[in-house]
Amino acid sequence: MRVGVFICHCGNNIAGTVDVARVAAEMRKLPGVVYATNYMYTCSEPGQEEIKQAIKKENLDRIVVAACSPRMHENTFRKTVEKAGLNRYYFEMANIREHISWIGENKELNTNKAIEAVKMAVAKVMNDKPLYSSSFKVNKRVLVIGGGVAGMQAALDCADGGLDVVLVEKSPSIGGMMARLDKTFPTIDCSICILGPKMVDVAQHEKIKLYAYSEIEEIKGYVGNYQVKIRKKATYVDWTKCTGCGACMEKCPTRNAYDHFNFGVAPTRAINIPFPQAIPKKAKIDPTFCRQFTKGKCGVCAKVCPTGAINYEMQDEIVTEDIGAIVVSTGYGLFDLDKFPEYGAGRYPDVITGIQYERILNASGPTSGHILRPSDQAEPKTVVFVSCAGSRDKSLGVPYCSNFCCMYIAKQAILTKDHVPDSQSYVFYMDIRSPGKGYDEFTRRAQEEYGAKYIRGRVSKIYPKGKKMVVQGADTLLGTKVEIEADLVVLATAVISAPGAAGMAEKLHISYDTFGFYVESHPKLRPVETNTSGVYLAGACQGPKDIPASVGQGSAAASKVLSLFSKDMLESDPAIAQVNINACVGCLKCVKTCPFQAIKEEELRNGKKVAKVIETVCAGCGVCTSTCPCGAIQLQHFTDNQLLAEVNAICQS
Amino acid sequence: MPELTGKELRVVGFLCNWCSYGGADTAGVARFKQPTDLRIIRVPCSGRVDPLFVVKALLAGADGVLVSGCHPRDCHYTDGNFYARRRLEMLKRLLPFIGIDERRFHYTWVSASEGQKWQQVVTEFTNRLHQIGPLHAKKENEG
Repeated sequence: MRVGVFICHCGNNIAGTVDVARVAAEMRKLPGVVYATNYMYTCSEPGQEEIKQAIKKENLDRIVVAACSPRMHENTFRKTVEKAGLNRYYFEMANIREHISWIGENKELNTNKAIEAVKMAVAKVMNDKPLYSSSFKVNKRVLVIGGGVAGMQAALDCADGGLDVVLVEKSPSIGGMMARLDKTFPTIDCSICILGPKMVDVAQHEKIKLYAYSEIEEIKGYVGNYQVKIRKKATYVDWTKCTGCGACMEKCPTRNAYDHFNFGVAPTRAINIPFPQAIPKKAKIDPTFCRQFTKGKCGVCAKVCPTGAINYEMQDEIVTEDIGAIVVSTGYGLFDLDKFPEYGAGRYPDVITGIQYERILNASGPTSGHILRPSDQAEPKTVVFVSCAGSRDKSLGVPYCSNFCCMYIAKQAILTKDHVPDSQSYVFYMDIRSPGKGYDEFTRRAQEEYGAKYIRGRVSKIYPKGKKMVVQGADTLLGTKVEIEADLVVLATAVISAPGAAGMAEKLHISYDTFGFYVESHPKLRPVETNTSGVYLAGACQGPKDIPASVGQGSAAASKVLSLFSKDMLESDPAIAQVNINACVGCLKCVKTCPFQAIKEEELRNGKKVAKVIETVCAGCGVCTSTCPCGAIQLQHFTDNQLLAEVNAICQS
Repeated sequence: MPELTGKELRVVGFLCNWCSYGGADTAGVARFKQPTDLRIIRVPCSGRVDPLFVVKALLAGADGVLVSGCHPRDCHYTDGNFYARRRLEMLKRLLPFIGIDERRFHYTWVSASEGQKWQQVVTEFTNRLHQIGPLHAKKENEG
């Protein structure tokens, strides 16, 4: 065995707190190690070239690189050794940067730790076996979960690229949050005017199959071959017959149903079409309000429906789709007013959220675009905006910035002045965050051209006084108390993860952070990939994002899917479980514990029953290996021998 | 034992690739300083950790063993960490029977985004071990 060891300086990242030359010198003393050196940047082209040269010159057959995390560069170096003619699994990485040089202050201790870490890697590499991937077929269909602007963009780009797309949206119409907005910053373009045509494109694209009012029930399989169960929730309206004429909605006697689309600004009917541009434009019954369901009699909509589409007996339906890759674009949620007792916790009708104000501004909203405050339908003359309502507030569990509130408040202040020219807007802010293209100019316009008064400070209390709402706060620039008698108060409530985000992540086997936002593969370089191959992220499910960023990510995710599907066959990871049929006693405990049903029983010709691994299904977790009582099933590249060699390297050094 | 200078103890950590190893990376990237005693072995899943690995490590010379995986319900392999939890909880109760203080073994869940939590886990576990002292004191004196 001829092991070569390469210790990376990583500039000063490693060499600053680890004596790399000493690590290399120590390695040369190890039996089996014939070559050890240290290099400034091993991952650089000359660094990789040096590995290749050393393999040839020194006739090396196994390589260890001690550098950053293998999660960062394992693949880089695997390719390097492969190019030099070695099997890619004759390679190990010791993580001496993230796990050593960056976390320890004592150079002596760090160097010792690094020596042991590299020794472990050498012990492992000496026990490594060559592994070879096989290839499997890819089902070139993509599932997009969530039909907001990010999901629509991903679906359209994939479909235009020739892929079959299944788009699943949990609410009755696609469009997401953007469909609810009145105008978009910084151009004050009409939101639905730019989104509407895209929604129609989605509806009419022959490659896109839309499941609206549906949810993901279960996801099985692996990249290239997922089986996805979709629950089509009962709408109590046969959508193949419904023409979206709206006669049912007009005649429905229940007028107090909660309007999810308008965030409860005004009530709606128990049977409704969420908004005029809805895709699909179909009616749906809300059984929590419908009299047919709550009282057992009514049936008005069934009588007036010209096509006989109403079906009170409808049940949820489960359909299964075969899928090759998944784009997750499940969007975000917003804080409720009940989080803010000091602002009335939702008791005052004239204290509303930003998205509710958006619906009031919107021509298709409950006030037909006239700014009328909820309590008495009067036109407000003094409007106060409170930014960071929950955002950047550790006590409420939201230490992060919600990204786009500063911008939409400026927009809403401008629109308020447009609608009510004799109105005055006040904006309480902590900082004005407007780093996008044309964004800072926009917030300045709100102040300079539209006269919005920006007050730097927080609002401590809001309470009613006659018909007014008194807003008490501080102006921290002037160091004074401020009290404004407002007609309407708009809170820019914090952006949070979408309801049910954690549950969805668990179905997809992707990670999520403390706040429920999904975690990307690398925060800088792999922003739309997840750690689960074949699953990509788009939009605000990954963190608060405005429209251009969401659209950009939608396209990025689509391009990732298209490049994944550019090949007909995918290479499998050969680090999977393997059964030694001579040692297997056929207890089949592994069959029971395998999380992927990747192991089945097989009868040999001599009648002996043994376990058999289905290669394409095995995901390589190794649960079977630690289950097997006789060590007969071994996860390749992480066998008992290989891991114990590492243990021994630490304990016996 | 030239590597074990001063009072450093030998701590072996088994970390799952997807969550805890990533969490340790995150802690590194954020420069969250930690004690240097821990040596990390990367496994695909905490469910891959055979309880015997822990026992073998402790008998072979380790002063403590740490296993860390994804949070329950957030396993990259659906439910590997549930198997880990059962096995490791059982192991914890068995350790006193082979004469090993069960405080020398700890299992926990750290996600890839929880760098700060990782720092806390390593610091607390290492401090705990330093309070208990070395497991193989005799051997060390001889060395």
